[in-house]
Amino acid sequence: MSELEGLYQEVILDHSKRPRNCHPMKDADRHADGYNPLCGDRFTVYLKLQDDRITDISFQGTGCAISTASASILTEILKGKTRAQAEALFETFHDLVTGKTHAEGETPALGKLAAFSGVCEFPVRVKCATLVWHTLRSALNGERKMASTE
Amino acid sequence: MATTQEAIQAPVRESSAPSFDVKRIREDFPILKQKVHGKPLVYLDNAATSQKPAQVIEALLRFYTHDCSNVHRGVHLLSERATEAYEGTRVKVQRFLNASDSREIIFVRGTTEGINLVAQTYGRQNVKLGDEILITGLEHHSNIVPWQILCEEKGAFLHVVPINDRGELMLEEFKKLLNVRTRLVAAAHVSNALGTINPVREIVQMAHAMNVPVLLDGAQATPHMKVDVQELGCDFYAFSGHKVFGPTGIGALYGKAELLEAMPPFQGGGDMISSVTFEKTIYNAIPYKFEAGTPNIADVYGLGAALDYVNQIGLANIASYEHALLSYATEAVNQIPGVRIIGTAREKAGVISFVLEGVHAHDVGTILDREGIAVRTGHHCAQPVMDRFGVPATVRASLAFYNTKQEINALAAGIQRVKALFG
Repeated sequence: MSELEGLYQEVILDHSKRPRNCHPMKDADRHADGYNPLCGDRFTVYLKLQDDRITDISFQGTGCAISTASASILTEILKGKTRAQAEALFETFHDLVTGKTHAEGETPALGKLAAFSGVCEFPVRVKCATLVWHTLRSALNGERKMASTE
Repeated sequence: MATTQEAIQAPVRESSAPSFDVKRIREDFPILKQKVHGKPLVYLDNAATSQKPAQVIEALLRFYTHDCSNVHRGVHLLSERATEAYEGTRVKVQRFLNASDSREIIFVRGTTEGINLVAQTYGRQNVKLGDEILITGLEHHSNIVPWQILCEEKGAFLHVVPINDRGELMLEEFKKLLNVRTRLVAAAHVSNALGTINPVREIVQMAHAMNVPVLLDGAQATPHMKVDVQELGCDFYAFSGHKVFGPTGIGALYGKAELLEAMPPFQGGGDMISSVTFEKTIYNAIPYKFEAGTPNIADVYGLGAALDYVNQIGLANIASYEHALLSYATEAVNQIPGVRIIGTAREKAGVISFVLEGVHAHDVGTILDREGIAVRTGHHCAQPVMDRFGVPATVRASLAFYNTKQEINALAAGIQRVKALFG
């Protein structure tokens, strides 16, 4: 597999073309906006929370294949997770895309997120992969300021 | 009757097309010989910055190994040599722009600083509450934000001349927006995002008919065409050295002498004064009034070498070669299904901006990079232009005279690779 094929894995292409949970949520408890000035990616993340648990999550916006797929997979994977679990996953994901860990075997909790293992070969694309995660964190923290990868 | 000098400069081959040996020219650019990701470098990001010929790199070396000293200060030989080269480059810039007087050339860091200089001196002196500044919908952020800062400070208004669907300035709208409150018109000579050549002669004529001075942002024009500020009649003209094959961090601002004389200084410091006491300082004459502190001498050496290099090839030759290459590239890119070129002005220079259906510009850029092809992706510091065309970003391939048809073929093949990968 070339580095490019490692970056644009089938799962990523699929989620970028047919993003899941991609719609606004009128009755969301929380929402936050994220912006990556480098490529102009913009996302809004919507959350429903019950105590500390994410009971529903969706996103809306435009971005490159990496950021869109990341947003789509994030919403799939975090539904039903607690805030602490989401934070822990972000950390694991961040280590993966920055090349601190590798997908194989080490981090079984990643599930579909493992498809982003190729990102570490493309340092300028790390921000694309993590934008929606920063936005999620803003939403969880109820921050009004726009999340940014800068 | 032709003078002797004209006769010497006339092209030798009259029957055949002017020769343009791109292969030989590429030999002058050491950087072009490298491979990236195992592929030969195809550098199509010239609107961001151009590559430097060996002559420019050698000029920088010459300053630091031979002439390094300060200018306008020492009585010693090194300072004399540096001053002579520094002022010699000012004359080269004067000729490059065909200004009538070298005192009208101010060295600045680049186009951005040139525009800010005018905004902070001429602008602050002449723009008052309720006045208006007119720019175009094609501007780079560097020809928007300095005017916003000024308007905010003065309580003035910034108005924008719209562009049509081809990315051309709507002159009739320009005429409507020009009025007695307009204090300055600031326009790109060539758009960095789309490559549109603005009708700058008409802009200057119409503005001058209302006694409004005009600043032209020449960053994207100077690498591609002969600029004649006297013929254009503009009042200010700014360009960047690094886009005309010179070093980064150096550029020039042209201003009409009578305007420069009347303007307050930009920054205070050494060299811009003729005498200083704690009670009163008398400013130096132009252009030194606007060049406070030790200037970027080394890069002025480099800029001088770059202008010599461009002159040696000849801007007319460059323009005709690039015109043909741009047509070739436009056709090559346009015939790929799913490609939409953004900016289809009838008068264009050096730039193809496009989007690919179903694929974000950033993904296109990453894949092209792995093919060795350097393009710019994003909003090109011209977000309002992107908004006008309803796209978040474009892929921009921008040309220089060292680019070849083979490189355009590589670009087209690269776009096909993107399509194959994205299915």
